[in-house]
Amino acid sequence: MSGRKQKAHIKLTLNGEPAEVAFAPHKTLLEVLREDLGLMGTKHGCELGECGTCAVLVDGRSILSCLMLGLDAEGREVETIEGMATAEGLHPLQETFADLGAAQCGYCTPGFLLVAKELLKTNAEPSRDEIKEALSGNLCRCTGYLKIYEAVELAAAKMRGEEAEAVKETIYGYE
Amino acid sequence: MIDEPRIHDYGDGANVHKKVSLEFGDMGEGFKEADLIREDILFYEGNTHLPMEQHAAVAHFDADHKLTLWSATQTPHYVHRALAKTLELPASHIRVIATPNGGGFGGKSDPFNHEIIVSKLSMMTGRPVKVTLTREEVFYCHRGRHPVLMKIRTGVKKDGAITAMDFQSFLDGGAYGSYGVASTFYTGALQTVTYNVPRYKFRGLRAFTNKPPCGPKRGHGTPQPRFALEVHLDKIAEELKLDPAEMRLKHLVQPFSVTANYLRIGSMGLGKCIEKVVEGSEWKKKFSNWDRENRKLPEGKGVGLACSSYICGAGLPIYWNNMPHSGVQLRLDRQGGVCVQCGSTDIGQGSDSILAYIVAEILGIDPFDIRVITADTDLTPVDLGSYSSRVTLMTGNAAIQAAERARELLTMAVAEKLSVPIENLSFADRRVFDVENPETGVTFAEAVVLAESKFGTIGTVGSYTPPRSPGRYKGAGVGPSPAYSYSAAVAEVDVDASTGIVTVERIWIGHDIGQSINPALVMGQVEGSVYMGLGEALMEEMTYRANRNVVHKFPSLLEYKSPTTLEMCDVVTYLIEDRDPNGPFGAKEVGQGPLLPVMPAIANAVYDAVGVRIDEVPITPEKVLTALRDKAKGREARFGPKRVPDVEWPQPLKVLTPAEGGDGKEMPRVAVHS
Repeated sequence: MSGRKQKAHIKLTLNGEPAEVAFAPHKTLLEVLREDLGLMGTKHGCELGECGTCAVLVDGRSILSCLMLGLDAEGREVETIEGMATAEGLHPLQETFADLGAAQCGYCTPGFLLVAKELLKTNAEPSRDEIKEALSGNLCRCTGYLKIYEAVELAAAKMRGEEAEAVKETIYGYE
Repeated sequence: MIDEPRIHDYGDGANVHKKVSLEFGDMGEGFKEADLIREDILFYEGNTHLPMEQHAAVAHFDADHKLTLWSATQTPHYVHRALAKTLELPASHIRVIATPNGGGFGGKSDPFNHEIIVSKLSMMTGRPVKVTLTREEVFYCHRGRHPVLMKIRTGVKKDGAITAMDFQSFLDGGAYGSYGVASTFYTGALQTVTYNVPRYKFRGLRAFTNKPPCGPKRGHGTPQPRFALEVHLDKIAEELKLDPAEMRLKHLVQPFSVTANYLRIGSMGLGKCIEKVVEGSEWKKKFSNWDRENRKLPEGKGVGLACSSYICGAGLPIYWNNMPHSGVQLRLDRQGGVCVQCGSTDIGQGSDSILAYIVAEILGIDPFDIRVITADTDLTPVDLGSYSSRVTLMTGNAAIQAAERARELLTMAVAEKLSVPIENLSFADRRVFDVENPETGVTFAEAVVLAESKFGTIGTVGSYTPPRSPGRYKGAGVGPSPAYSYSAAVAEVDVDASTGIVTVERIWIGHDIGQSINPALVMGQVEGSVYMGLGEALMEEMTYRANRNVVHKFPSLLEYKSPTTLEMCDVVTYLIEDRDPNGPFGAKEVGQGPLLPVMPAIANAVYDAVGVRIDEVPITPEKVLTALRDKAKGREARFGPKRVPDVEWPQPLKVLTPAEGGDGKEMPRVAVHS
């Protein structure tokens, strides 16, 4: 390296649209997303692959963007939280997370939403244990996870076309 | 006496930050009345907040020589003061904006080095400067739960009535002060607010050590003594052969009374909380009733119960002044928009939305009609910050005052326009109307136009200052609160005797919230508190390498164990709504209180399950196994500390209790003749 700062340049599909970006080649996908693409919905919690906060979907699979080099995103489909809502409105998971209080400070929420989206794509009716297993790589310090499970279950029911509503005890506690 | 070298230029000497000794009532008389006197020593390991967002700050010293700091802080007002002091800039030239917090739990309450560093560097360079902490640095900033060693000695009558309690706490403060003086007092303040304690003595000491500094974490200084007290009471119940739930129910503090240490109790729903969790958990069908031979649950399974209470806002600010603790400013625009401005800081608990709900309720409009601006020292009136579970109560009361003042202006203008008596006007459904003739009315937006035409631009303010505490002795500043929340919990556990692993299957928790403003937010705080308590009970601890003990063993999210989805237990929540006259619409706190009963309930359940006492959190498999092996060998079936340091305590400051005719002031000190 002769002091010349050469930038890498890649093409990828970002939230359904073609995108190009130039960045210092040592950067992780997390850094490229936040610093070079200006998509700050992806959060960093440890930058060591320990907390799940920075999870995004690459080719439909959840990955930790802090452990993937930006260069490796060349030619791939990357989905971040910014791509989750569409012109039709919020994704059902986003709606149920908001309605049930499955997000408090919201910092871990983008990671949870994307991992949950991946789960529901492969399993339309996951059991509570399957939800716990799927989300076990994501840490949340606020909610105690319970509202997150309930939000995933409710969104799954809605996505299956069922007329589902939040259980009363979820919002008001037990009598 | 040789002058010992001092660690800091503040504190009570050498490595001692604070030493406290308080005595309420005639302790000798109290212990004389007792049928049983029991003494226990317990330890609570330190742990950390672990917010998902690491601390970060950006400062910009502008061309006009004004400084703006954006920071992940829970206390922008205190940071504002700290910056003015350290940078020697006029406070009026500094603006602090608290960014939406990615979790706080008390860990973003201190003014931090990096906040001052970015500010100073920006002043020197004239450029924006940013510092973001790494996860490892967050572990070293810490300000988390103090490790506390405790000795508790209580005298009781045969029915479990407490006659006197003597409590000692030893806090490992780490390298700096933080809010450690308050932490020290808090380890002795709230023992008296759940059950009737007619005479009470407290001695506490906080020492500086070569570790990351401790400070306020969810429950600030009270989870440790609460753990000690509730486990100690469980042991007393066993000695007296009493049901621990019934024993507690029988001796509850009276609502609207004053405790021996002069804390004024308001509404008190603990009895209902206990009844709910006892019923819901089928306690009577599960609890061994101290009979290990005829157990109702199989060996290895057990239930435990514990209760607690927490303040709804500290009675005093951290610096002495006579000003309000919270201010709210309301601006009504002529098209019907309402803007609420308040210095409060949302750390995920939903405090911004609380302002909208409360103002909307009073002005009869929808929360969605309201814009909320918070946590910006240029735009919002002072609120002391998100700590001590003060925000809903204090900002809520300030918001009520501001909204009522606005409503009064609108009422006068509309009454004049409609020729309707003022007392007939009501605000609801975005209208102001005559209650006797609801068709006669105007829209809310029209009401604002009428008021603005009559009075000029419509803006009002409201503020809140907590009531004065009856305690007048030195040290009476920590503990008083406008109201106290109450919680009770039953934990059901499964203990694997071959591995020592404790699995918490379910926790039933009753919380006296006073009045839910938004029940979904309340439920979230209860479940989140139970979750954090579960982590503290079973796995979370700050540990250091023995040979190089300033180095944290594992400053990472992977190896500092916290509960994942796979460890989180089921939670059954009961909300008890016993309105408190000091709360906005009767509301009390929920952010911290429900954490408190979790650790002792689990410890008590472990005893019920396998007959060993783990008098120390976290209750790790190693500790359970050690105790089980000791039990098998016929040794004491217990894991925990056996002694406390020998400390030369100062002469206690003596205060007569209200029952003894005291006035809240300390008694004159009597010279000691040797």
